[in-house]
This record gives sequence, C-alpha cells and structure tokens, in this order.
Amino acid sequence: MSTLVDEVVTKSETASVKYTAKDFQTDQDVRWCPGCGDYSILAQVQRIIPDFNFPREKTVFVSGIGCSSRFPYYMETYGVHGIHGRATTIASGLKMTRPELQVWVVTGDGDGLSIGGNHLIHLIRRNLDINILLFNNQIYGLTKGQYSPTSEFGKVTKSTPQGSIDNPFNPVTLALGSSGTFVARTMDRDPKHMQTVIKRGVQHRGTSFIEIYQNCNVFNDGAFFHFTEKESKDENSVILEHGKPLIFGKAKDKGVRLDGFTPKVVSLTDGKYSANDLLIHNENDSTLAFILGNMSYNPELPRPFGIFLDTAEHCYEDEMQKQIDLAIQKKGKGNLEKLLNGGDTWFIN
Amino acid sequence: MEKIEKKLKEVTIRFAGDSGDGMQITGTQFTNTTAMMGNDLSTFPDYPAEIRAPQGTLFGVSGFQIHFGSAEINTPGDNCDVLVAMNAAALKVNLRGLIPGGAIIANTDGFNDKNLKLAKYATNPLKDDSLSSYKVYQTDITKLTTLALLDMNLSNKIVERTKNFFALGMMYWMYNRSIDQSIKWVQNKFKSKPEIVEANIRVLKAGWNFAETTEIFTVKYTVEPASLPKGKYRNITGNSATAIGLVAAAEKANLNLFLGTYPITPASDILHELSMYKEFNVRTFQAEDEIAAITSTIGASFGGSLAVTTTSGPGIALKTEAIGLAVMVELPLIIINVQRGGPSTGLPTKTEQADLLQAVYGRNGEAPVPVVAASTPGDCFYTVFEAARIALKYMTPVFCLTDGYLANGSEPWVIPDANSLPDISTKFRKDPNNYLPYLRNAETLAREWAIPGTPGLEHRIGGLEKEDKTGNINYEPENHEKMVHLRAEKIERIANDIPLAKPEGDASGDLLVLGWGGTYGAIRTAVSTHRKNGMSVSHLHLRHLNPFPKNLGEVLYNFKKILIPEINLGQLSKLIRAKYLVPALSYNKVQGLPFTARELEIKIESILSGDLK
Ligand code: SF4
Repeated sequence: MSTLVDEVVTKSETASVKYTAKDFQTDQDVRWCPGCGDYSILAQVQRIIPDFNFPREKTVFVSGIGCSSRFPYYMETYGVHGIHGRATTIASGLKMTRPELQVWVVTGDGDGLSIGGNHLIHLIRRNLDINILLFNNQIYGLTKGQYSPTSEFGKVTKSTPQGSIDNPFNPVTLALGSSGTFVARTMDRDPKHMQTVIKRGVQHRGTSFIEIYQNCNVFNDGAFFHFTEKESKDENSVILEHGKPLIFGKAKDKGVRLDGFTPKVVSLTDGKYSANDLLIHNENDSTLAFILGNMSYNPELPRPFGIFLDTAEHCYEDEMQKQIDLAIQKKGKGNLEKLLNGGDTWFIN
Repeated sequence: MEKIEKKLKEVTIRFAGDSGDGMQITGTQFTNTTAMMGNDLSTFPDYPAEIRAPQGTLFGVSGFQIHFGSAEINTPGDNCDVLVAMNAAALKVNLRGLIPGGAIIANTDGFNDKNLKLAKYATNPLKDDSLSSYKVYQTDITKLTTLALLDMNLSNKIVERTKNFFALGMMYWMYNRSIDQSIKWVQNKFKSKPEIVEANIRVLKAGWNFAETTEIFTVKYTVEPASLPKGKYRNITGNSATAIGLVAAAEKANLNLFLGTYPITPASDILHELSMYKEFNVRTFQAEDEIAAITSTIGASFGGSLAVTTTSGPGIALKTEAIGLAVMVELPLIIINVQRGGPSTGLPTKTEQADLLQAVYGRNGEAPVPVVAASTPGDCFYTVFEAARIALKYMTPVFCLTDGYLANGSEPWVIPDANSLPDISTKFRKDPNNYLPYLRNAETLAREWAIPGTPGLEHRIGGLEKEDKTGNINYEPENHEKMVHLRAEKIERIANDIPLAKPEGDASGDLLVLGWGGTYGAIRTAVSTHRKNGMSVSHLHLRHLNPFPKNLGEVLYNFKKILIPEINLGQLSKLIRAKYLVPALSYNKVQGLPFTARELEIKIESILSGDLK
C-alpha cells in the first residue's frame, strides 16, 4: 500500500470504543414509507453491527438505485449511493484496492437482478469478501409499482395490466449457479433469524449473498405473508439448520424427505416416517444447496429459509494481492527510472 | 557483383502481406533497428479487424509503414517509396500508396493462380505490363526460405511463419541496417524454442545474403542518423507511453494505480502492459463489461487509488452514466478513450477523431469534464500525466483522448528523467474537526478527498443532487442551480492552471492551422513546408480541449483565417466557432486514415492563394 493511504487510515482491526446501535444511526430522516419492511432490516443491521467490534471508519455501505438503496444514507459509516445496478461493481473496485475494509452491498430485486444482474453474478463468482443484502419485494417500489424480475408469472401491475409473462428469477439458485460460496434467505418479519443469518454472512470469507424477503406495503403488500405471518408461516416455510432434519409445521409434524434427488413432504405422525428418515441439512454440500434452492417455487413444498450454502473458496482480492507480492518478490519494488528506461535505448549526443 | 551505394535523406517503406504473415513483427523489427541507428521515424501499422482473415484475401491484408530519415520526421509518410508485397492481395491493396517509380519487392510465390483469383487479378501483374511504371524486384521468398531451412526438418507451418524474416533481411541489406538487433530479439523471444531461434536467424541471414549476392538488387542505400535533440531515446508506441505515463503519475502522486477496464480494440494493449507492472502495486481488473469497468474505478477512487479506465468510443458510450456519477461525487478518475472509427462498432482497427463532442458534452445533465488529447505517440505519456494532475487537483473525472493511429504508431522518444517529472502529490483529509464532504478549496473549488479507514470522516456520497458543503440530498430549485454553476465553475477554473496557447511559427498572420490529437505530425509537416516557402501560416495544436487555454481567443483573433483539419466532420470547429464566434474553416477526412501531409499542404495552399486574390 502506498504511503499516502497509510498516512490516514486506521491499522487496527478492532474498534477503540464499544459501539451501540445508536453509533450507526445518521442525522438523516429515514424516508421509507411507514410500515415498509426496510425499517426492520436497517434496525437489525444497526443492532448486530456493534457486535463485530470492527472500526466504524473501515465499514462501507454501497448501494445502487431503488428504495433499498437509500440504506447507506442511514448508516453512520462510509457510504456510496451509486447508480442503478452498479453497487456491486463500485464495491468490487473498492474491495480490490482496500481489502482491509468491511464492504456491504445493499440492493433490491430490480437493482440487483434486473439492471445489475450481470454484475451480481460476476461479483459472486469472483468471491470478493463482500456482504450482499438483496431486499426482495417482488416489485419496483421507487418507480411506483412495475413488476420486477422476481414477480410471479401472471402478476398484474401498472406495466402488466394483463399479468406478467416473465418467469421470475429465484435469487437463491441464481447465486448458487454463479458459484456462490455463501447463499442464504431470511425475512424482514423475523428479526432474530435475520440477525443470525447476516452475522454468519459477515463472518464468511468471500461473497455472502443474502436474500431478504421484504414487504413493500405500498405496491406489493403481503407478497410474503404466507411465509412470514403467524397463522401461515409454520405450515409454509422450513428453517434450515446445519446438521438438523428439515422439520416444519405448527406441531412440528411434517418433514422433508429426499426421494432420490426429489424432496417430498412426509408426515411424522402417520407412523411411516420419523425424523431419522428426513433430509439432514448440510451447509457445506453444494449439491444439496441446489436441491433446497429449487424447493422455492414448488407449492407442494415448504419454502426454505436460512443458510443454503457456506463453503470456503479463495477470494479475488487475496489472489490479486498474492500476484502483486509475487511480482515484488521476483522483480523487486517497482522502480520508475528503470521502467522509463525499459526496452532498447540509445543516445544522441 | 559491384553494388552502388547511395545516400537518402528519408525513405518510406511499407511491409504488406497476409494477416498471418507477420508483417507487424517485421515492421516493428525494422523500426526498432532503425531507431537504434539514430534515425528519426514515424510508423503506421494498418491491420484488419479480423484476427485470421482467410488467407490471400483483400480484406485480410496487414500493412506496416515506416517513414525514417536523417531529418525531422513527423508522419509515417504520405506514400511509400518501397512496397514489400508478400502476396497478390497485398500488392492490390497497397499499390495506390506507392509513389510513381517506386519499388515493389514481390514474393512471387504469393502470386500463384489461387492468390491472383483471391486478389481479383485477371492476369498476373508481375507478368503483364501493368507495373511498368515501377521498379519491380521479383523473388520467390517462400522457396528461398524453404531452402534455407531444408536440413532442419521443420513443419511447413514453421517454415511459412519464418519467411517474413527473409524479407526483413533483404530490407536490412538494402538500407544498410545491422541484423544484430533482430537476432537478439529472436533469441530472447523464443528462448525456450531453440529451433525457432535457429530458423529465424538463418532465414534473416539468408535474406541479407541473398540481397548482397543476387543481381536483382544493384543499389544499397544509406540513411544517416538524424540530428535529433540530445538525450537518451527509446522507441515508443502511444499505448505503451500511456501505460507508463499512468505508472509514472501514480508514483509521482504517491498513490496506488487501479485500472478497471474491458478489452476493446485499440485500447487493450494498455491493459496488457499495465498487467505486467504489478511490482508497482498496479492493480488491473478485467471487468465483465464497460460499465463494471468504470464503476469499479469509482469504487477504487473512493478508496484512495489513482483510478483509470481505458476504452474506445463504444465503451465510452456505455460508461456515460457512470462518468456523470463521478462528476457528481467529485472523485478523481482518468478516462482514456483510444478513439477508433465509429459510429457503433464502426471501424475497430482504424483511426478517427470523432469522439471529441462525446467527451466534452456526452452526458445527461450539465456534467462538465476536463478533456485533454495527445498529439504524438510519445506525447501520450505527458498527456495522461496531465490528466492525472488535473483529476487529483480538481477532484474530477478527466478525459484523455488518444486514437488508434497514435496508440499503435511509434516514434523515437526522449526518455524523461523520473526525478524531473512534476510532483502531483495530493492529500487525503485527516482532521475530523468540522469536516463536511463538500467543503471546497477556495481557489480550485475542489472538495477534499476523505477515504474510508480515516476515523471521524465517515460520510456518504451519491448521485442525487446535494447541498454544497454538507452533501445532504437537496432538490430545491435554487440549490440545484447553484450546484450546476459550481460544478461548471470548478472545471472552468482549470484554465488558470494550464499553459497559454502559443502557435508554432508567428503569433499572427494570414492563416492559423488549429489542430488537436493525432493530426499533429501531418499539420506540422505541411505548415513547415509552406513556411519555408515564405507563406504566412502558423500552427497551433491544442492539448487542452476543455477548458481551452485562457488566451485562445486572442491567439485566434490575430490571424486572418483559421483552418481546423480533423478526422471527423468538424467537431473542434463547432466548439471554436461557438465559443469565439470566428468563421473557422473546417477541413475534414473520415476514411479511417490519418491526413497525409500533402493533403494538408494542398488545402493550405488553396486557402492562402484564395486570400491573395
Ligand atoms: S415503495 Fe415499498 S419498498 Fe419502497 S419504501 Fe415504500 S413500502 Fe418500502
């Protein structure tokens, strides 16, 4: 690193003071609609971030455009509110050049999967150590209610009066297909779960991709109520826990069993199957992660929440640094005089 | 046999063959040897967009022209004196550039029936009378190469790939050049393949010896070293000068260099070269697309790197929105556009200057960006260095324009002394007291650079309109107007900080030829020819195109007429006419080719004689 950067930045990996959530709040008025799921996500991030005891000045939030992308303005850290779809690339350039920073990307289903879809998959495959929070509300909020790449087929919106004819993306399988090393799903209505998942994402070395179901109460109210409301969530969702069988239902009376590669719902009360017959979750198994990811849009199956995959792979920024170190080791530190005088030279006297 | 020796002041040679014939290597080898012999020179590689165009076709012809001499050389030569044609297509495509009475060195093996058909020759031009006004030297280069390598049992492919060195050997003999330089190059290049080294050296020598002994060649020419300014020299292409200029700027600014880019002709060589300079802490990132390329540099700049993106016109089109963001967040950034023929994909391997207005204006909203342009291959070094200086001092993205002609062309270059390069170091804000992200320097209006990692300076920046000083989002009408003016004023003030315009020649007169970019050499040659003949004509070449030098208006008003030659339909003309209300004359050429000096001489002549009437 050059001396000029060295002159100003903190070397320490740990904060000199004990932070509280308040230390991460800014003086800006939060401008989301009352009741928006974004509030919960902001609150959970501000609640858990002091736990890392990581210097606030080395934390950076980067966003694109959309409701979710207002996020950095509300975090008392460094932040960039970029342009539509490009938070991932701005964050990549920052992380490549300043690997010691903790870099977050806050994006949405429009920003991250539509206009920024290309960059998202490339960031994930490069596996830079960046935490991506993708707020999925299955609608365009900021532009006032058009369908998004995660809106369900047939969705009637302002721009699709006869229903959407697009097949939606499944963000989890998209991330897995992009060679994701940490892929998870959580929801705005379950603060505890969200906190656990985000914490794990931050601890993961490499890109952590976290899809967060987020209710847009203005343009797509109740899109996820099935999975998030007390009355229905237990029957329709299953929480993934490493090393544990997939059991769900209010009475914990159902489970998911693998029939070959096909997950099937079985009853735990009719005497045919017990917990021992069920699929045991393994976060480190990428094949299993795909099977679980593909459960998402099958109405017969409960929707999985939690960490689908957590595996170790080399990070782009580490490899970049290694090549620089190797070059310096081989050739010595760059010498400008030598560079200018490179190649064949001659004198005119 | 006895050979006659003649002295020449200057000569232009064009090597032409199939794109697989190694003409670029041959040309580069001849160039490097010639540079080392102390000649002034200028080169023009001219190759097809197809990587391996079908053999023998007209569109697959690759050419390399070198103009060298004992006097000052500013252009790669309007026409060539000697044409080396490896096949019929090469002859067909390049004959129109050969001077009447010029020499053709033809590889007869490249003129078989198949080649003639592909080149659309009804009869063999080497056998009919069509070339009677030229000196034609016929040699079966392929056969002689094969013979030279007979006992080595090499594959046909290797033999075929070596024949360019036979041609090179002949030309070295003809122009009295040493073959040692090229021998060293081969030994180094093919270190791990001794039989390739052996084959190339043998063939090179065979070419030289053949020319020496054969009765075909009777004259041997000497071109004395030029009286160039004193100094230590190397030969340099524009892209190479750009790459090392960036490294130099980062060193002098005490910053790490970050290049975010996407491969595109003719800019990719800058990426290739910078990716070899990792020991300078240079980070190169080949992004997934042009947009990722530039936005990654915005991230790197936010983090405190000297950030650069390199591309060509189509890439700039994609980067436009991000450039606007860089204007808005006021972060330093260098955007290099190696211009090529457009619009759209256009002419990827040909040159043009048609992206000037795109650089000056091509963004949504009022988004001023400083623009500098290089005038010669070696000048790319200083221009990109200047771009870095402006970017850092004024906290702004800066456009640096070069073009395909400069990027691939080369010239002898006086190596600058690293210590004498100006210090362009900047400062990061450190003091947390009273920090506001958009506090400005009273003189430059630049905001401060505060990078993540600095305690107490946590702040947010973004593309939404903001209040000055605090950077808080603000949509109020008066605030927006104020910010638009502030951002414009900041860029305008750069004019206080750049050299005044000073024409070459007299400060007033009948005609000023005003140019920018790669037309420098041709304009300089044409203007000096006329000046020698006593004409009242001067030349002004602009490096700074936004803002213009402060005194540009006065300089223009001192001339009766102004001529602006450009490889576009008159983009600088538009800017000059609009700003200074002068009836500047446009002279335009859009063929994907540079101006020849002769074209400009004729134009200048017609204007000046019109003036006298
Ligand atoms: S439009 Fe929807 S997503 Fe946006 S702030 Fe309002 S409720 Fe939230």
